[in-house]
Amino acid sequence: MVKVLMNGNSAIGEAAIRAGCQCYFGYPITPQNELTEYMTAHLSRKKGCTFIQAESEISAINMVFGASLAGVRAMTSSSSPGISLKQEGISYLAACELPAVIVNMSRGGPGLGSIAAAQSDYFQATRGGGHGDYRTIVLAPSSVQELADLTHKAFDLADRYRTPVMILGDGVLGQMMEPVEFDYEAPRKLTARDDALRGAKGRPSRIVKTFTSNPATLEELNWSLFRRYQAIKQAEVAWDTFMAEDAKLVVVAFGTAARIARGAIKNARKQGLKVGMLRPITLWPFPTEKIKELASKRKQFLVIEMNMGQMLEDVRLALNGAAEASFYGRTGGVIPTPSELQRVIARDYYQKGLKGRK
Amino acid sequence: MKKIYTRPASLKRTPFHYCPGCGHSVVHRLICEIIDEMGLQDKAIGIPPPGCAVFAYNYFDVDMAESAHGRGAAVATGLKRAAPETVVFTYQGDGDLAAIGTAETIHAANRGENITAIFINNAVYGMTGGQMAPTTLSGQQTTTTPYGRDDRLEGYPVKMSEILALVKGSAYIERVAANSPANIRKAKKAIRKAFQTQIDGLGFSLVEILSPCPTNWKMSPIESCKWIDNVMAGEFPLGVILDRTGKKDAG
Repeated sequence: MVKVLMNGNSAIGEAAIRAGCQCYFGYPITPQNELTEYMTAHLSRKKGCTFIQAESEISAINMVFGASLAGVRAMTSSSSPGISLKQEGISYLAACELPAVIVNMSRGGPGLGSIAAAQSDYFQATRGGGHGDYRTIVLAPSSVQELADLTHKAFDLADRYRTPVMILGDGVLGQMMEPVEFDYEAPRKLTARDDALRGAKGRPSRIVKTFTSNPATLEELNWSLFRRYQAIKQAEVAWDTFMAEDAKLVVVAFGTAARIARGAIKNARKQGLKVGMLRPITLWPFPTEKIKELASKRKQFLVIEMNMGQMLEDVRLALNGAAEASFYGRTGGVIPTPSELQRVIARDYYQKGLKGRK
Repeated sequence: MKKIYTRPASLKRTPFHYCPGCGHSVVHRLICEIIDEMGLQDKAIGIPPPGCAVFAYNYFDVDMAESAHGRGAAVATGLKRAAPETVVFTYQGDGDLAAIGTAETIHAANRGENITAIFINNAVYGMTGGQMAPTTLSGQQTTTTPYGRDDRLEGYPVKMSEILALVKGSAYIERVAANSPANIRKAKKAIRKAFQTQIDGLGFSLVEILSPCPTNWKMSPIESCKWIDNVMAGEFPLGVILDRTGKKDAG
């Protein structure tokens, strides 16, 4: 397979089609429009597939709900303000145990915010986002190749665990072009899940619902969801490390912030500072155990995000006082530069007294 | 002896939870009779709404899926597009279809989605305890219009069927009532025609059913049925509102 040059949004579209996505429902919002346009061009004419530009993000996620009921792989995408609107539908998908893939090419907030890249939807993505006791799996790519790979993975995870999966990118990842390789082909024959609603032919009729007038029944549903979440936590945590082995200071960053931090870390190493990085790839489930393990090796932590400190809370929860985690963030769509982060890393390194420490 | 009246096969043997005199149970039965008569029990998928009819899935013996409030038309769109061989109907109240779900309904109709909406208009929010609905009549008292609906402050009764008739993707829209044997027979005919419109792939179909809610109207069932004829049908005239099917009568 040859590499092709693509922007991140289009790469998600191509990866989704190859993963067997049959239905895409979208609504225009910057900076994810290339994905919607890619799906119009490449999915709408495909046999048995559906593309609809919906009247709102709310409708789009509910169309995903409908398509998922019918047992096919379905996806929607948006950016921060639109993702807020989708939360109602995501809660229903989680409650009804329906697989779906939701892409958030996030931008600056709150409110209408800016169209520039930001990571300030971390809380919304990792805490469930909508009403009720539930979680969604959240994947955080940091390159166009990883966008493609994780899109494929998102559909598999959604089906395996019967849950909505969110891909949390940002405006930079969606817009930038990089070489990307797709190592899998779309399945020839697209089939529906065997628990689909497609008419009670040769089987008893089925009901997909969440409402119950008995709180104890709902409590049991929540318990069953959380037993599944426990299984996800045990099996699906993913992260990447960079020069972390001998590092005294570990930068924790995801997505675009991690990309920029990587350059800064390389330069800090040239200054003789022993700095490395832990990059969570799954934001939920969060690599709590990995952070604990790093902390047990007497490492200190610096969390860098493009927000006011959201993942920071998960890092501190993981550390539980075992080590110090300081924070640096830019927000509102401001993107830090590698030299800025290099200064921040060096300052933190010296302030923590790591320079002379054995 | 010949059996001339029995429970439809697609109506489960579950006692209805609806109040005495409520129109839901009548309409449920009509839909089930049509599903049986048209042989749709293995093809039909119903989308009940939040509200009194949320438990519709306990009564219809066909595939059923709960929708979020107002989103029935969007859920039905995704479902029908992904499974075009099915017959998809939403079952929605006036608050669901004519207030919170206005956008979903109008745009599904405008795309000519091959789905059928059964639209129960009882001029109040039932399950929440009788608040003003978009279809509450001018002057009508509800728990949120205790002095009667004042058009200038609370707006006018919304006529969704007439609005939807202006939308080009709509194929068949009729308003009927579930308040007398004659009207119930007409309602059944309309539901049949709406399902046939979907099966023929002609576009969006909707049957609005004026339906009694004695509990929240604070009337007896008999008074409620009379009120539909004498008052409600004055604001919401019965009859075919749009027919682009090119068929005089599907019954």
